Amino acid sequence: MPRGVRRRYLALKLVSDGSVRREELMNAIWDAIIQLWGEYGASQTDLALIRYSSERDYAILRCSHRALEMVKASIASITEINGKPAALHIRRVSGTLKALIKKSQL
Amino acid sequence: MSATGQLTMRRFADLHLCPSIEDPDQVERMISKSSELGYQMIAMSVPLNITQARISRLQKICSDANLDLVTRVDLAPKSSKELLHYLRRFRRRFEIISVVCDSKSVARQAAKDRRVDLLIFPATKIYKRFFDHAEAELASNASSSLEIEMAPLLSLEGFARIRLISSLREESAVAKKFGVPVVLSSGATDEYLMRGPREYSALAGLFDMGSPVALRGLSEIPVSLVERNRGKLSPRYVAPGIRVVKEGDCCLGV
Repeated sequence: MPRGVRRRYLALKLVSDGSVRREELMNAIWDAIIQLWGEYGASQTDLALIRYSSERDYAILRCSHRALEMVKASIASITEINGKPAALHIRRVSGTLKALIKKSQL
Repeated sequence: MSATGQLTMRRFADLHLCPSIEDPDQVERMISKSSELGYQMIAMSVPLNITQARISRLQKICSDANLDLVTRVDLAPKSSKELLHYLRRFRRRFEIISVVCDSKSVARQAAKDRRVDLLIFPATKIYKRFFDHAEAELASNASSSLEIEMAPLLSLEGFARIRLISSLREESAVAKKFGVPVVLSSGATDEYLMRGPREYSALAGLFDMGSPVALRGLSEIPVSLVERNRGKLSPRYVAPGIRVVKEGDCCLGV
């Protein structure tokens, strides 16, 4: 029997000069993925923003487990969001959202 | 896991932070960021004429942030003769000596000189990246390491980044073939260009460097390099394999 789609959840910490809106964050992540891996690579990531808090500067992303290294490299390559200097740091990666929230104490 | 079967924590080291030494706020911000990102050891490029008082101040800031500061100097000689002059003058003053290889003669001299720890090649001038088979063989015999800075991978865009990734892929393959240790470092000039060790290991995948190799280039290799040099710089060092263990009249118990 084929196994279901395996996913990975990533807890991210945003460091930026100003406040960043949800769409701006996602645009920056998609741009980075497309720049590094192209549209074909981006189509394999199965990326989704699960949670985002601009007050606490954290986000939770979901991606396909096969594309995890691609997504990690792309997130690390972000140096600005919406023209302002910014960095996204990966705090933790987990196989379930529940474990991620528990371990990263979000 | 260690040889005794116990789990040991990896010590991560970032051997190249480049803050402006004249800006103490930025230096402090970058030091605290390094600690936050999980590094235990950092090296900062310092000017050749830095005073001992200034180094002590930097060491104090680092020890407050639970970091081990390594003094490092980047030499950028124009000729191999100038490189030899610098090495004679500064080798015993700094824990890490890196050479920016801007010409082939400098690159070859740096690779065969045992006093050089790290070889750096310009990120933007691809035609000046001289790390080929001959260079790797010399570096392997002299136990020099190749340093790969990650900041240009973040700051460059488009064709310049494509060419850099392509060169790094070739160089890391050559280094692997000849057994040249590869050190990954940030080369960050501000805190936005700093990333954690595991993020760098993901970025190293761009030039086909596996995650275990990349993590070794951020932990075991730089840490052992610093420990080896500290041993050599200690007053008890005599020659490779020989050091003073005890001093006095009754050393032999006679």
